[in-house]
This record gives sequence, C-alpha cells and structure tokens, in this order.
Amino acid sequence: MDLQIALLLGQDGITNGAIYALLALALVLVFAVTRVIFIPQGEFVAFGALTLVSLQTGRLPGTIWLLLALGTVIVLIDGSIALRDRQFRRLPMILLLNCGVPLMLGGALLALSPAGLPLPVQVVLALMLVVPLGPMIYRLAYQPIAGASVLALLIVSVAVHVTLIGIGLLFFGAEGSRTLAFTDISFEVGDALLQGQTILVVVASLVLIVALYFFFERTIYGKALRATAMNRTGARLMGISGTLAGMLSFTLAAAIGAFSGILISPITTIYYDSGFLIGLKGFVGAIIGGLASYPVAAAGAVLVGLLESYSSFWASAFKEVIVFTSIIPVLVWRSLKTRHVEEE
Amino acid sequence: MKPPAVAEERTVVLEVSELTVSYGKVEALHGLALKVHRGEIVTVIGPNGAGKTTLLAALMGLLPADGEIVYLGERQDAGRTVEKLVRQGMTLVPEKRELFAEMSVEDNLLLGAFDRYRGGHRDHLETMDEVFDIFPRLRERREQMAGTLSGGERQMLAMGRALMARPKLLLLDEPSLGLAPLIIKDIFRTVAQLRKTGVAILLVEQNARAALHVADYGYVLETGELSLEGPSRELATDRRVIESYLGLGGRQ
Repeated sequence: MDLQIALLLGQDGITNGAIYALLALALVLVFAVTRVIFIPQGEFVAFGALTLVSLQTGRLPGTIWLLLALGTVIVLIDGSIALRDRQFRRLPMILLLNCGVPLMLGGALLALSPAGLPLPVQVVLALMLVVPLGPMIYRLAYQPIAGASVLALLIVSVAVHVTLIGIGLLFFGAEGSRTLAFTDISFEVGDALLQGQTILVVVASLVLIVALYFFFERTIYGKALRATAMNRTGARLMGISGTLAGMLSFTLAAAIGAFSGILISPITTIYYDSGFLIGLKGFVGAIIGGLASYPVAAAGAVLVGLLESYSSFWASAFKEVIVFTSIIPVLVWRSLKTRHVEEE
Repeated sequence: MKPPAVAEERTVVLEVSELTVSYGKVEALHGLALKVHRGEIVTVIGPNGAGKTTLLAALMGLLPADGEIVYLGERQDAGRTVEKLVRQGMTLVPEKRELFAEMSVEDNLLLGAFDRYRGGHRDHLETMDEVFDIFPRLRERREQMAGTLSGGERQMLAMGRALMARPKLLLLDEPSLGLAPLIIKDIFRTVAQLRKTGVAILLVEQNARAALHVADYGYVLETGELSLEGPSRELATDRRVIESYLGLGGRQ
C-alpha cells in the first residue's frame, strides 16, 4: 500500500466515520432519554436517501403514504382520548399536525413536480417527509410502553425495524439508487484527489455535531433532554414529561438519520435495507462510548469508519467481520473497567 | 376584581378529604382530611413509615389515590398527572432531592422554570435572582455541578429549583433529612421566610420540633391515619405529641 492509497482509504474511512458518528450520537441520545435501543435508526438513513431519489427521479415518494397512514392512526387514538376526556380544544391541533400537515405536503409534491426544483429545496422536502416519522413511531410504538424494561423496548425496536424494512421494499423497490452529487468539485492534495463531496459530508457532519452541542448546552429544551436522561423523576417534577422528552429525542434521531442518508446517498448506493448495516456501525461506535458518552461515541464511530475502510483493502471479504469483532475487546475492556455497584 | 387582602389570606389552596392510597391490597393511607391556606405553612409530622412521603406522592399525582382532592378550587379527576399539576403551580421537593447531578446549579435552577418557559413566560432570570437572594450560597456556587454540593446545599438547590416554578403550593418532603442541626435551622428559617411570598407550604417532617416551630398548623400522621391536628403551638404543648415526638426537651 503506498501513501496515495492510504490517503484515499483514510478519506473514505473518515467520510463514512462522520456518518457513523452522527448515527452514534443519535443512538446515545435516544437511549439516554428513553432507554430505547433504536435499531430502526438505520431505516431513517435509507428512507432519507431513497425519498430524495424518488423526488429527483420525479416519482411520488412512498414515504408520504406512510406519513398519512401513521398520522391517521394517531388522530384516531389521540382524538378518541381527547373526546373521552372532553378536551375538545385539543382536537383541531391533533388533526392539523397528524393529518393536515402530511396532506399539505402531499399536495405540494403533486403541485410542484419536485424533480425540477433546486437541490436544497428537494433536500428540505425529503427531510419534511421523513423526520415526522420519528415522533409518530414514538407515539405509536414506544409511548404506550414507555415504562417497560429495556429488553421489552428492544423487542419493539426489532419489530419496528423489520416493519420499516418491509415498507421500504414496498415503496422503493429492490434496486439500489444514488442521488445526484451535491458538488463535483475536487482538489489535488499532493498525490491524492480530494473529493468535494467528501469534504461536504465531513463539514456537514461537523456542523451538525456543533449544532447539537449548542442545542444540549445552551437551550432549555436541550437541557431538559439531558435532565431527563440524568434523573427521570426529577425531570418529571419540573414538568418535563417523558412523552415530551421521547418525542423530542425521536424527532432529533429521525432528523439525524435522514440527514445522514441524504449526505451519503451521492457516494454510496443505498438499497431499501442498507440502513441497517450503516446504523449497526453507528451502534458499534455508540457501544464504544458505553451508550452514554457523546464524544467517545463519536470518536469510536470515526474509528469504525477507518477500520472498515482499511480492512476493505487488506481483507475485503472480512470487512464486516473485522468491524463487528472489534466490539468484543471493547466490551471486555468496558466490563473490566466499570465496577458494578450494588444497589443500595 | 381582587378580593380584599384579608379574605385572600384565608383562600384555601388545597383541601383533601377521605384520601385513601393503596399499594396493591395494602392501604398506606386511610381517610385523610387536611386543608392548606394561601400563605400558610402546614406540617404533617409522624414517625418513619407513617405514610408521609406517600401522602405527598399521592397529592403530586405520582401515585393514584381515592377520595376528594380540591386544588385551587378545582376538583381533581382521575386524569390528573404530575405535568398538569406542575402547570397549575404545585411543586414537590422530594425527599431524595432528585437533582440533575451532572449539571450546574444554574442549569438545575433554569430547569425548575421549564414549564413556565414552555408556557410562554420569559421571567426565569428575574426569578433566579430572587432565588439567589433567598439562598446566597447558591449564587456563590452557580457554576458548580449539583452532584458536588454538600447535603445542605443540595437541599437549598432542590428548594430553589422548586421556587423557580413560582409555585402556589410547595410540597416539602423531609427537608431536614440527613442534615446537620445548624443547617436544619437555616433551612427552616428559609421555609418560614417563604411564607411572605404568599406560597402555601405543606411540610412533611420527622423532625417534629423544627416543623412545629415554623408551621401555623399541624397534623400528626400515624400508620396511615391522622391521629391529631391543631394549631402548631397547641400541638407543640400537647402531652401526647411531646411524649411520642418531642421527648423531654419539649417541656422546657
């Protein structure tokens, strides 16, 4: 391996690592706040990418149907609860948020013919289609059992994951696709060619990470999420309900997932089920951070990206094996390092 | 439209009757009745395991309860939740404090105003200044992580965080628990001062002497039932209270 190849692989590894880092952060966030191990995180990557593909190829993204279907179910459930409690004033809001907004989006898609729109508008449209799925899935799948054990929540996660994969196949078909490149600029750095798209992915990831940092450190809603992760009872007594925190963290996780998918879709061919493997690598990063530390999770995820890229050069058949085996020494190290404190 | 000041003094904030709380088939509280007025400190004293914490948890909506709870003139239905009660100005300072350990004192206080902020109020900075005036210690430690505070400071922070919500009814669960006598004195002096802000306080305490000293009215809770009640001065001189809770020192 000469320097040129090493640089190329490094570039590749960091690009993927940046995406894994974003997903790792989302996984840590969701777990810390809701204790849900969010396996469907990867599906948001695939849905984000493939929804953008649909928009660019002039098809109506299937995502809109899912949005409408979930919205309708939520209206039926929340609506009947509001009727039972005689809280009629809540009805218009429930209807508007869950059915009105998806209908307006659908109308906009039909009216605008998104294929001809500029790229940033397409990206915004794709995010608007995918991100609301996060809180909707929380409302339907997790909120009713929010107090259940981590294991029960994990089983629900597996179910949601399998369902979304199936829906993805139905909506987007079995073929993989790529979106149009955001930019075709490239730079010569020494011997190596630096792709503009790569720089874009890394910069966008960094910007998003910084934005998340500010959200958690500087805004009252970010602090409320951290507070819920630290002390659920304490947070509840301040009026920060578990439902609010869950909705908020799932919205963020969905946004991070969809955004990641949109970022990598010009570089990687995305299939309806590609998200799982991508999400799983983010998960390895999150595990390195013990599902608790954001910086360690992000660093671990970048490490996973590099490991994957270099092992694909030396032992491409064992690429995934090497990545996922690396979790074992991490787990051993973590279990040796943490002392188990007996409950008082 | 404001009622005259004298009438306001006697506004009932919380009125409970026939309150019964059960853990499964075990009744923890049975047929409780109590009343808290605006600007009044009411204490519920009693030994360990009498159900004091259960009472506060039930009032705060953390536990389901049977019976009638009228808060701010409104009868509470089965749909009451912690979040709704917080919105209506009821705040609990729990026995375990439940602070956000890895956050600064300032952030803990800020989150005390979370619900007001969400409701559109933007006066948290002024409220924080008021809280700092009540607990100057917290101002000194504003940057410090809550987890590194001393026991007394933690109790101050828990109370300060609750005050950030500008409560109408403050429920205090054993504020003296695990604190040194001098600090207990400090905390109770502050509780007495809070009366001036007009907040109604329901104080649950094992430390009967300190509690009766600051309170206007008191109840004695024994194995899930209220056995005695009266103005706290009278309770403090009641033979049964002295024998069970105050010991010999009460006669002095």
